[in-house]
Amino acid sequence: MSGPSTYVPKSAIGRWFESRLPVMGLMHSSFVSFPVPRNLNYMWTFGAILSFMLIAQIITGVVLAMHYIPSATEAFTSINDNIMRDVNYGWLIRYMHTNGASLFFLACYFHMLRGLYYGSYKAPRELLWIIGVVIYLLMVGTAFLGYVLPWGSMSFAGATVITSLVTAIPVVGVPIAHWLWGGFAIGGPTLTRFFSLHYLLPFVIAAMVGLHVWAVHVTGQNNPDGVEVQNAERDTVPFTPYATIKDLFAVAVWFILYAWLIFFIPNYLLDADNYNIANPLVTPAHVVPEWYLLPFYAILRAIPNKLMGVIALLASIVVLAFIPWLDRNPVKSAKYRPAYRLFFWVFVAICIGLGWIGSQEPNDTMSLVARILTAGYFGFFLVIMPVLSFTEKTKPVPVSIADAVLAKKPAAAA
Amino acid sequence: MIRFKTKALASAALAFAFAGGVALAQETAEQPKPPRETWSFGGMTGGFDKAQLQRGFQVYKEVCSSCHPMTIPFRTLSQPGGPEFTEDQVKALAASYQVTSPEPNEKGEIFKRPGTPADNFPRPDGYPNDQAAAATFGKAPPDMNLLAKARKYERGFPWFVFDALPGLQYQEMGADYIHAILNGYTHPDDLQWNLYYPGHKIAMPQPISDGAVEYKDGTPKTLDNYSKDIAAFLSWVAEPNLNERRRMGLGVMIFMFVLAGLLYFTKKRVWEKAH
Amino acid sequence: MAAATTIEAPNRRDFLFLATGAVGAVGVAALAWPFIDQMNPDASTLALSSIEVDIGAIPVGQIVTVKWRGGPVFVRHRTAKEIEEAQNVQLSELRDPQTDAQRVQKPEWLIVSGICTHLGCVPIGHEGKYEGWFCPCHGSMYDTSGRIRQGPAPLNLAVPEYKFLSDTKVKIG
Repeated sequence: MSGPSTYVPKSAIGRWFESRLPVMGLMHSSFVSFPVPRNLNYMWTFGAILSFMLIAQIITGVVLAMHYIPSATEAFTSINDNIMRDVNYGWLIRYMHTNGASLFFLACYFHMLRGLYYGSYKAPRELLWIIGVVIYLLMVGTAFLGYVLPWGSMSFAGATVITSLVTAIPVVGVPIAHWLWGGFAIGGPTLTRFFSLHYLLPFVIAAMVGLHVWAVHVTGQNNPDGVEVQNAERDTVPFTPYATIKDLFAVAVWFILYAWLIFFIPNYLLDADNYNIANPLVTPAHVVPEWYLLPFYAILRAIPNKLMGVIALLASIVVLAFIPWLDRNPVKSAKYRPAYRLFFWVFVAICIGLGWIGSQEPNDTMSLVARILTAGYFGFFLVIMPVLSFTEKTKPVPVSIADAVLAKKPAAAA
Repeated sequence: MIRFKTKALASAALAFAFAGGVALAQETAEQPKPPRETWSFGGMTGGFDKAQLQRGFQVYKEVCSSCHPMTIPFRTLSQPGGPEFTEDQVKALAASYQVTSPEPNEKGEIFKRPGTPADNFPRPDGYPNDQAAAATFGKAPPDMNLLAKARKYERGFPWFVFDALPGLQYQEMGADYIHAILNGYTHPDDLQWNLYYPGHKIAMPQPISDGAVEYKDGTPKTLDNYSKDIAAFLSWVAEPNLNERRRMGLGVMIFMFVLAGLLYFTKKRVWEKAH
Repeated sequence: MAAATTIEAPNRRDFLFLATGAVGAVGVAALAWPFIDQMNPDASTLALSSIEVDIGAIPVGQIVTVKWRGGPVFVRHRTAKEIEEAQNVQLSELRDPQTDAQRVQKPEWLIVSGICTHLGCVPIGHEGKYEGWFCPCHGSMYDTSGRIRQGPAPLNLAVPEYKFLSDTKVKIG
């Protein structure tokens, strides 16, 4: 769909440059003339919002690294005394970075649920989806590494809990943990390597995002009706100005939410315990990860066996990579799949329920609910999806995108 | 069929969650939540009250500072948005403390000298480090430089949702906690029993009571006033840029609503002929 | 494309588009400022931008080097001979003509920056032909008033802003 560029620069210098390095043509075909299904709704603006968040995180992160000192004795004070009190606008940039991580995940979850609802993982977009799962894994890794850097007591507890997951591996688990830590417990060497990797991974994410965008420009975007573009003239509009302005508006609205967090409730999503400096001899009374990892934390705790818990945790993310083959129903959009739609919302409720349980102190009741919800989480992918592939009675799908748009607005002339 | 099963599952999950919530509520019945006070720095446009911070500093200096370190530089006491002491007052205050010079003198000795506004508040006399303090008190009194941000309490569902919403937002939990702790010594025969401290057994015996600090501005010398003033002061110590942040935030919000509005109409204009 | 052909290209002078673009540009510029300003000296550095030096203990003839704004400042308690030498130089002999009186507040105290005006090395006191300072990097020589007399340096050693708070106390900066 995004074939060879037909872009011809207007100026002679432009043509000289373009014949040697067709960057402008690439940009033009990717972000100007790229055909966008005309029936996209606002759920399709999260790609732009995520790009914006990634850039925001990288810029604020690079700036914070100018003032942050990755050492066990100075990390905490370099953030809480130097950056938050003395550096010009340091408080602003730091709050942008910590709250930005949360909003990055929030946008990512909208983006993923959008894909799940409208069947964006189905052929021909399987690879696009899998790259997305890889990006999500990298985001989780980056967020975890970054959370350790302030060297607060929750940083320390989080690092201990998560790196200790490898000790579930028989025989080599403990040596691997020592290798990760650079010692016999989390300490200074762990912090410096985590800092190094936390600086590295965002650029790996950016590269993967490049592949992700490339892949979407090869297959074209999915759309709320889940029918492929047949006639570019009837079914699509050019990316610029249509998608550009819509994305900019969505980013501006998102920025209002971002500004609300930064300026008015900057510590709402942060753990108060992380304003206490890390103490290897004391673990905080109530160890919880940040909100965006709570469902996975609940799955980890739901399984009473250490090794099985770790496997369940990993499986809960890895299973996402397999859904293009778990859901074989040829109809993409949940708009035309009433049963799938119902289970989709149940799945969303399960994720929220798991998140809430992840934030609570474990007790018998909680563990039981956690196990039921964990079963529901996996059941959605491993049972509901395959079963509905063949048994669901779907509604008639419109013939083309243009038909779908016209059906919605009968009075408007295309 | 499928629909029925889903509903049953959902209601079962809900019932479990509810039962869990009730169980949790019963467990915590003996552990009351700190009462929510009204703070000048709450809300969307609130800011610190200079006079209150000055009184709070007096409480810190005369009471808390004998055990609790507070690692902030003297100079911040004169910066805008804080207690705003004059620079001369801060200089005199700093000079009244003996601080350890970060660099040795020409003979290579570590020495003490009168403080300057650029120095941090020194640790309390006699407790050069947390270990020494812990040896005396059983538990090191925490540094007060971030205390108001490092203390929170569980609000529970649904309150934690409301706490994030514009107009209802709640970021003063630390201040309420500190205020509650200072007012929580309700067993006269056990000075280390605190109503609001998790588990009630607190290492700090009641540190302050009515009349302990002589206020110069006529504010009544009550425990309630002391604890409010110190809580406000410590909130400022933990978040010295709050006033600037709020002011800037209001500007950013107004600007973003204007920009988003303009973008919305531009978007409508661009799209009006596409449908 | 049908959509594209039936729609007129948006008029660039359209007020709405202009206003949106302008407001957006203002926003980006305002957002850029914190990211630029964060590299400026921070509050802790600014707090040390002036220092107070106790000069009561510096014997006549001695130079004491103090650290001010990250670099050396020489405080020289000059001897009568050094003062006389500094005052008796003809301005025509100087590369960067300045009288000694322009460079000191009290004749016995010379306070100058310890940064050679050539390429930033720290000169050595009581050395060189003029017994002021000698820069080991490229051989610049300064006299007892810190003025450049020989070598590649173009200017005299800079005099920082300072004030005598008392007979024994100077505030630099």
